Amino acid sequence: MIDKFIASAAAALADVPDGATVMIGGFGNAGMPAELIDALIAQGAKNLTVVNNNAGNADAGLAALIGAKRVKRIICSFPRQTDSWHFDKAYRAGELELELVPQGTLAERIRAAGAGIGAFYTPTAFGTRLAEGKETRRIGERDYVLEYPIHADYALIKADRADRWGNLTYRMTARNFGPIMAAAAKCTVAQVRETVALGELDPEEVVTPGIFVKRVVRIAPLRKVA
Amino acid sequence: MKKLDRNQIAARVARDIPDGAYVNLGIGLPTLVADHLPKDREIVLHSENGVLGIGPRPAKGMEDEDLINAGKEPVTMLKGGAFFHHADSFGMIRGRHLDYCVLGAFQVSVAGDLANWHTGTPDAIPAVGGAMDLAVGAKNVLVMMEHLTKEGKSKIVERCTYPLTGARCVNRVYTDLAVIDVKPDGLHVVDIVEGLSFEELQRLSGVPLRRLATAA
Repeated sequence: MIDKFIASAAAALADVPDGATVMIGGFGNAGMPAELIDALIAQGAKNLTVVNNNAGNADAGLAALIGAKRVKRIICSFPRQTDSWHFDKAYRAGELELELVPQGTLAERIRAAGAGIGAFYTPTAFGTRLAEGKETRRIGERDYVLEYPIHADYALIKADRADRWGNLTYRMTARNFGPIMAAAAKCTVAQVRETVALGELDPEEVVTPGIFVKRVVRIAPLRKVA
Repeated sequence: MKKLDRNQIAARVARDIPDGAYVNLGIGLPTLVADHLPKDREIVLHSENGVLGIGPRPAKGMEDEDLINAGKEPVTMLKGGAFFHHADSFGMIRGRHLDYCVLGAFQVSVAGDLANWHTGTPDAIPAVGGAMDLAVGAKNVLVMMEHLTKEGKSKIVERCTYPLTGARCVNRVYTDLAVIDVKPDGLHVVDIVEGLSFEELQRLSGVPLRRLATAA
């Protein structure tokens, strides 16, 4: 029997080793697996390589992971924000290595990893500083830059509903990197708002099929206190 | 001379976006364009974080943290809107499916090179986001910026001194002084604000401009 439900975020992340590459879903707060990140902080793994669009906002989530000095390298497209002070401090202190990647190239490199693609040519960044030192090629009338996939040991993502096979649905723009990160990691852990019985998800509405998901943790949404 | 304010530049950009267009508005100044799109045109707004068919800002108290734009501001959905993941979203951009994108800029060169992501100062923390993908991907790349820096220097330059976002990618520039097309044979002035002569615009810009027959 397949049962990917795990009782707690802590149990779902217990085996993350030091030095792991961890993809973290989300774009800003939408789709950010906050409770999984908290569990990763509590778990204590260090020297992590983190893949995320940003480099943390304010003091929670990824920002807290960086603040706790667990991240040695971050691969992202948009680290600098008005509230990225934990990243800014670690970066300026030389404690954190940054690989800056255009957002579409980041997404496609993640997608390529999950899809078994060895490398791909993209027109993005040709002739810019972010393509320096990279192989380029003219194909037809355009110039392209060779980019390689980003594989991960773990992906931490937030979805909306899941069944015990790990099939996932998402909610609005919280989908963002979830589906491609799920496919790119050896072990994908999804936190979801609701778990449902097998058969309750219409196969037409499944966005991430369970084949890409190893563990599912239900996190009860916070209720606003009046 | 009457310089255009930010909203007037945005309105001027909006005027040029036709019915049926798929459009991405960059973070910051370009976001203002949404407020000026003519109501009688169906224009579908795209955002990098996986959404087509963005509607107006939600009323206070109606925000949903799962429904945001690339600037991470709360938005609403129009009827007909759709959600998709990030790789599909950038496939739309890179795959030349977007009709227009509107971007801010530090500098635009005579050849249409765009610099908008990095000031080039060594201690600056770089952040690129989706700008480089939009610059190479949209069918029409529109730039919206002030014509001059605070020091009075032209932001339209012979060669960009800031790091490039994209080479030869800009189609049209909207500033507080003029609308200028970037063409293979140079810069063509489409519009000039009231009270500014072509000669004066030429002097302020410091790069060769061509006069369109329709320009003042």
